[in-house]
Amino acid sequence: MGKNVQQELDKLVNEAQQAVDAAKDLAELDAARVHYLGKKGELTQQMQSLGKLPAEDRRDAGKVINVAKQSVQSAIEQRRTILQTALLQARLSSEAIDVSLPGRGQHNGGLHPVTRTLQRIETLFTQLGFEIAEGPEIEDDYHNFEALNIPESHPARAMHDTFYFDEHTVLRTHTSPVQVRVMKERKPPLRIIAPGRVYRCDSDLTHTPMFHQVEGLLVDDSVTFADLKGIIDEFLRLFFEKDLPVRFRPSYFPFTEPSAEVDIQCVMCGGDGCRVCSHTGWLEVLGCGMVHPKVLEHVNVDREAFTGFAFGMGVERLAMLRYGVNDLRLFFENDLRFLQQFR
Amino acid sequence: MKFSEHWLREWVNPDISTEALAEVMTMAGLEVESIEPVASDFTKTVVGQVRSIEPHPDADKLQVCKVDAGAEELLQIVCGASNVAVDMKVPVAMVGAKLPGGMKIKKAKLRGVQSLGMLCSAKELGMAEQADGLMPLPADAPIGKDLREYFWLDDQSIALGLTPNRGDCLGLAGIAREVGALCKTEVTPDDATEVKPETDAQVSVSVDVPTDCPRYLSQVIEGINSQAVTPMWIQEALRRSGLRSIGPVVDITNFVLLELGQPMHAFDRDKLSGGICVRHAKQDETLTLLDGQTIRLDTGSLLIADDAKALALAGIMGGEDSAVSDSTRSIVLESAFFDPLCIAGRARRYGLHTDSSHRFERGVDPELQRRALNRATSLLIKIVGGQAGPIVEVVSTPDLPQRKTITLRAARIERVLGHVIPHDEVLDILQRLGMGVESGVEAQDTSWQVTAPSYRFDIDIEEDLIEELARVYGYSNLPTTLPQSGSQILPCSEGQVALTRLQDILVARGYQEAISYSFISPDMQKLFDPDQSAIILKNPISADMSVMRTSHWPSLVQAAIRNLNRQQDTIRFFESGLTFVKQDDEFKQEKYLSGLVTGSIIPEQWGEKSRPVDFYDVKSDLEALLATISPNTEFTFKAETVAALHPGQTATILNSKGQKIGSLGALHPEIEEQLGVSQRMFVFELDMKCFENADIPHFTALSKFPSIRRDLAVVMDEKITLNKLKEVVENAANHLLENFQLFDVYQGKGIDSGSKSVAFGLTFREQSRTLQEADVEEAMAPILTALTQQLDATLRE
Repeated sequence: MGKNVQQELDKLVNEAQQAVDAAKDLAELDAARVHYLGKKGELTQQMQSLGKLPAEDRRDAGKVINVAKQSVQSAIEQRRTILQTALLQARLSSEAIDVSLPGRGQHNGGLHPVTRTLQRIETLFTQLGFEIAEGPEIEDDYHNFEALNIPESHPARAMHDTFYFDEHTVLRTHTSPVQVRVMKERKPPLRIIAPGRVYRCDSDLTHTPMFHQVEGLLVDDSVTFADLKGIIDEFLRLFFEKDLPVRFRPSYFPFTEPSAEVDIQCVMCGGDGCRVCSHTGWLEVLGCGMVHPKVLEHVNVDREAFTGFAFGMGVERLAMLRYGVNDLRLFFENDLRFLQQFR
Repeated sequence: MKFSEHWLREWVNPDISTEALAEVMTMAGLEVESIEPVASDFTKTVVGQVRSIEPHPDADKLQVCKVDAGAEELLQIVCGASNVAVDMKVPVAMVGAKLPGGMKIKKAKLRGVQSLGMLCSAKELGMAEQADGLMPLPADAPIGKDLREYFWLDDQSIALGLTPNRGDCLGLAGIAREVGALCKTEVTPDDATEVKPETDAQVSVSVDVPTDCPRYLSQVIEGINSQAVTPMWIQEALRRSGLRSIGPVVDITNFVLLELGQPMHAFDRDKLSGGICVRHAKQDETLTLLDGQTIRLDTGSLLIADDAKALALAGIMGGEDSAVSDSTRSIVLESAFFDPLCIAGRARRYGLHTDSSHRFERGVDPELQRRALNRATSLLIKIVGGQAGPIVEVVSTPDLPQRKTITLRAARIERVLGHVIPHDEVLDILQRLGMGVESGVEAQDTSWQVTAPSYRFDIDIEEDLIEELARVYGYSNLPTTLPQSGSQILPCSEGQVALTRLQDILVARGYQEAISYSFISPDMQKLFDPDQSAIILKNPISADMSVMRTSHWPSLVQAAIRNLNRQQDTIRFFESGLTFVKQDDEFKQEKYLSGLVTGSIIPEQWGEKSRPVDFYDVKSDLEALLATISPNTEFTFKAETVAALHPGQTATILNSKGQKIGSLGALHPEIEEQLGVSQRMFVFELDMKCFENADIPHFTALSKFPSIRRDLAVVMDEKITLNKLKEVVENAANHLLENFQLFDVYQGKGIDSGSKSVAFGLTFREQSRTLQEADVEEAMAPILTALTQQLDATLRE
């Protein structure tokens, strides 16, 4: 093969390389490709001119031309990759946004802290097989008092600060009447909790005329005070998610016997004594006891065949301790600045 | 019940600290509510005696005293108190003493005169809230004695929060008995020595109602000195129990009340005409009580009366007319047992609550009256002098509480407590509590026959005894177990939409849950629901919380207004709970889910143009709630008027049976104006009953064939509702119509006024084959005809 051919090819490849490098976008690159490698491209024509060479030179010349062609092709491919990458980069950067801008649309609202607490209590007890029961808020004195072993003259009535509609109709002072209603309707075994609003005619810094309680009742053929201790203990630990010391103190409720008040170690000071626990290190959180035989008699449950326990807790009290709320009255003012803290 | 620890320890003195004693009582059911020192901290203060007084040379109000404080030399102390007198014994704070509040006594010159200490008032020593001059000390107080020791001031007032069943601990003797039983410590018996009568003076006693007053004792004491001063030890015992000293006679009856738990009363004998009669009040009888108020008695009230008039409200409060005064010469002492039932409701009915009624309504030991009377009489004679007459007692034994024998079964103890208390321990606990116990075996089971002492009248049934055992044994010593779990799986109705789900939907749509009082003001009630008869509370907290709400709306609107006033301008509230309506003399309590929305459609932000919420925004929230009931059936929103709502923007919501299940609308402009609401509010409510019976989803086979959609725009009268339009289309369509999709409603340019353009798409599909153009033409034809003929609608090009 003659030196001329080689030189000519080198020159062409050189030119092509420059054209490829100079291509500013894919269109220019494609024009360069057509110019050198297209049907009528310069290198293509070189190939076509092989026919004019003597037969013995053709093979070598063909090889050389192919090499040149491939080198141009690869230059084009390289350039194409670079240009494509640049194009993508440009697009991506032009599409970049300020991700710190807030999302559009509606914000979440939230549940009232009392509901949040109630749901938590309900979840824990339903896992233990307790059903949720409800009852009326305007009650008759039979269900609110009589059937719970609180006769007309009982001193406990005075302590209840009852709202009256007439002599025999009241706003329920506790959720305990639901016990009576359930036991009258259904036969043991029974496991229920009764959450709801209750009312007392009392309003000051630490009392609101309406608040929430959750009543619990378990009646079966072999329920004991030890079981009551076990359930309450377990519940309080799970509710506060803390291995809290719990103590049972003898107390008195007309509808349970034996009765107990349950204290937990103060969650504010860890038992050292503070303002919240009146420097006792203990906080009273619920009342409970074994269902009084007279209550079982009222609802025709055989007091020898069945035993049961009942408990009642103040929901606001638990919510205050759990969330550190220091003013009971906030629960019923519906101030959004308060409510929005419980989203 | 508040008492001095020192006083208690005179009766029973277990070898434990104050804190340990409090713990023992609390954990046995006598809850210690507080322990407070009986006097503030002070030091170096002694009993002194004023020997001489001279006027201060340079100050009119000051005097210069020479005081014997037990030292070799008399102390010169300048004093400004007006009651200072020669020979008076007073507290002397010596040089170096620290008084409550941090005051230090130093050598000082007062207006040029040396003063070596300070004579103190009770207030300055923190022993009284108020003081009028120096604190006079008894004449026999030993000079030089440290005042803290003399008065036992290193003592605590212990307050018990007693439960209503423990009336037996409303006296120090009862608490001592309990502490003795708990600590296994001996208790000093009370002093029950009978006072020998020195005269025959007595008043006759008749009891008309022995059931209410089974026992009545009286004793006359003549020739008393009502000017006598109550001894300091009684005054201090009263003070440390939270009672004020009033006069010697009343102080002594109060002292016995605190000591033994027996309320007593003293009448001025000279103000009585004739004998004493215990009877019920007569119609329209009145009585002026010790506190000055005159009450009209109702006929069930038990009275102490003489031949002429009512003297006292039995067991509750004495009358003013027959009260002991500082000129009283003879008294009649009363010590009675009244039936708790006849006192309990009474005091409360008259708005009274006294130390006496508090004890009688919880019960007083029916065997205590004579002992208490003897104790009071002997104290009175010692302190105010006089001669006692004989005790007159009227008793009706059958009406006294009967002590019964209770069978206590060992098996029952275990069944209730879940624990076996050793039998000898059962016996020991019962005996320590003063119970009479006989052991026996009943049907192969150990049991005991137990008789409670007269002061434990609360012990009535076997469970009462089990509670006593558990209490003394210690609740913390009982085991902690978990109940055998029921293997029963609870039923769970899929048709009942859980409230929590509805709450979650609303929360996700920006609603905040509110909880408001169930009672509101009558004005608000009338404003929102004038046609409904509301239920009225007899004894509300205040007038603006006196009627039960018939809807949540008034509460939600008020809550919204309060928040608007605090610069919150976008509010979405919901509340669930009962509403209360009186219907045919029945109280109807129905559960509702209600809401209120006001402000912008979305919170203020950068990217989306906001606008005020309107009816349709809130409607979509309701549609989301209702979709939980029945995804396939639509509820009807029907234009209707509701009192509190804007008549042009109100819908009642009907279920598929046509029953009303709720309503939605803009607050009526008149209400907005009355309440000063400056921005539009939308409210809704849904009867929760509609969520009780939701559809269980039922699968429909998915068609493999494509659908064809035709879009239409029609111009028709603006009064024609979408409901009507849909009804016409659906009635005219054949079975191929699958869906009606509204996509535009337009009024304005290009449409005649009074008309509107409504655009909608109709989707046709056949389950078994691909539709052809001809099928759709055939389906469309009757629809187009119906639109023209029934609605006078014209097709828009």
